[in-house]
Amino acid sequence: MPAALDAVAAIKARWAGVTDRASLDHPAVNVPASELLDVLRSLKEEHGFDMLVDVAGVDWAAGARPRFTVVYHVFSTARHEYVRIAADCADDAAPEMPSAVGLWPGANWHEREVFDMFGIRFAGHPDLRRILMWDGYLHYPLRKDFPLAGIETELPDAEVAAVTKTGAIAAPMAGGPFVAAHGGINMGDAEPRAKDESWSERRPKPGP
Amino acid sequence: MPAEHTFPDTAAKNARGELEAERMSISMGPSHPSTHGVLRLQMELDGEVVKKAEPVIGYLHRGDEKIAENMTYNQFVPYTDRLDYLAPLANNMAYAIAVEKLAKLEVPPRCQAIRVITAEMARISAHLLGLGAFGIDVGAWTVFLYSFTEREKLYKLFEELTGARFTTSYSRIGGVARDVPEGWTGRVDAFCEQFLPRLEETLSLLTRSRIFVDRTAGIGVISKEDAIAYGLTGPNLRASGVPLDLRKNKPYSGYEQYDFDVPVGTKGDGYDRYLVRGEEMRQSVRIIRQAVAKFPGGSWQAEEAKRIVAPPKDKVLTSMEELIQNFMIVTEGPQMPAGEVYFEAENPKGALGFYIVSKGGGVPWRLKIRAPSFCNLSILPKVCVGMMVADIVSILGSLDFVMGECDR
Repeated sequence: MPAALDAVAAIKARWAGVTDRASLDHPAVNVPASELLDVLRSLKEEHGFDMLVDVAGVDWAAGARPRFTVVYHVFSTARHEYVRIAADCADDAAPEMPSAVGLWPGANWHEREVFDMFGIRFAGHPDLRRILMWDGYLHYPLRKDFPLAGIETELPDAEVAAVTKTGAIAAPMAGGPFVAAHGGINMGDAEPRAKDESWSERRPKPGP
Repeated sequence: MPAEHTFPDTAAKNARGELEAERMSISMGPSHPSTHGVLRLQMELDGEVVKKAEPVIGYLHRGDEKIAENMTYNQFVPYTDRLDYLAPLANNMAYAIAVEKLAKLEVPPRCQAIRVITAEMARISAHLLGLGAFGIDVGAWTVFLYSFTEREKLYKLFEELTGARFTTSYSRIGGVARDVPEGWTGRVDAFCEQFLPRLEETLSLLTRSRIFVDRTAGIGVISKEDAIAYGLTGPNLRASGVPLDLRKNKPYSGYEQYDFDVPVGTKGDGYDRYLVRGEEMRQSVRIIRQAVAKFPGGSWQAEEAKRIVAPPKDKVLTSMEELIQNFMIVTEGPQMPAGEVYFEAENPKGALGFYIVSKGGGVPWRLKIRAPSFCNLSILPKVCVGMMVADIVSILGSLDFVMGECDR
């Protein structure tokens, strides 16, 4: 029996809240957030899954229950197998998850990224700050209700621009020539719409 | 007993390690020649000694994962070029295999061989650049000129194959964009033939160079345990003594057919990382020559997957059936089942992973990119402490990261 299946069976037997998760490749489990750290520690110390390769947030769209899931992938450097562990955030408005930094220092940046992109807070994280967006940014860009075109935000250099009277025009953010949103629009029905390029050298670009 | 001319209080403090100058806070980057792109290191210095180093990243963040949720699977291929832009062909392949795993689609042997050849050429190209830049970082300019001469030859071959030197966008879901041109594999073999002696010549500029060894040996030591705990992958992990290579341990795209060795370091310092990369290039040449020698015939895309792979262009223009098939794939995207997969490929910088959540259809619900450079850089606050400022340059060069991939 492969180590990953073995480990998953042992974990399911030990924690009643752990259930099988549908997966197309690696063995996967759903774990309640309250037992997440115990399960991760058991995988790491008892089953040899010594490397945390990835932490990913998933937003199942506003209104979905639960809305946010954090997905961990652990890897065994000796047996070369993966296990996927998914934990749902209980509170949709203020999602939270225990931090795995105590188990793997490498979780530090992964969790900062999930916080930055989804606003999921990691309890016990030593330094939970934004990592890819700048400090002071107000939104969580990978949430499904965040538009692809972005939200107009004061850039940190706004005060410089105010003094120098110089500024850059934001690039058109229509998202490329062929755009179709997931969900609402059926791509078969939707005509691929072109970027708005009604302006030219002579006709100015329409302002906001 | 001779009297020492020190103040008693100072001597005691010094013994306890409390005697420190006023600390200076400096920012290295985001636009600094040795930070290889737009990495910024916020450092606290005590004289020349680094007391704290905090990487600041995100200057190249383009929102690739958000973009992926808004376009079909094939439309995202060009974005993968721009992850590790020194090895776009390897990224293309990793992404395509991840989506193919979602579709449970096997590509024909010829396509696998093409992908292996291109990925290994990309590895050589990426390591040559890493080597040249590392040399410049520690004051050995000539290596860069040698390695770039060889990279230029690779670029010529990439251009012939894909039409682009840099942003290749060569993979498609279920295949590659086009078959290899007439005689191309022969030219790849000829490149390998002349490359090996040139590689030895290039490496000989560094391997026994006193200055290079002094600047790298024992600098930036990463222990086996730390490397695993921080999720390091690729040459950086292997230099620390962990013999993990996904091409060997989790073979994909037919890597199990090829005979090659996985170089492993012993000390985990900058010099080991250099040696591992040098040896990996020799092994890549071995793989390429084997793949070229038994280059399979047949189709170069999984033609039977009618809802995923676009039909040949000449049929699209003459046959109704294929026209509709092409139209559906272009407008709706390759049709995927619902489910989730995670796939990692052994890229030049480490394990490039894609976690895809699909709800069915031609667009992913969520596509997470696990970037090796992101994980490799996260160990910097630990490695840099206690080093001299000049060593930081050497450490950054030896870690060989790409910010396009780190920031996504």
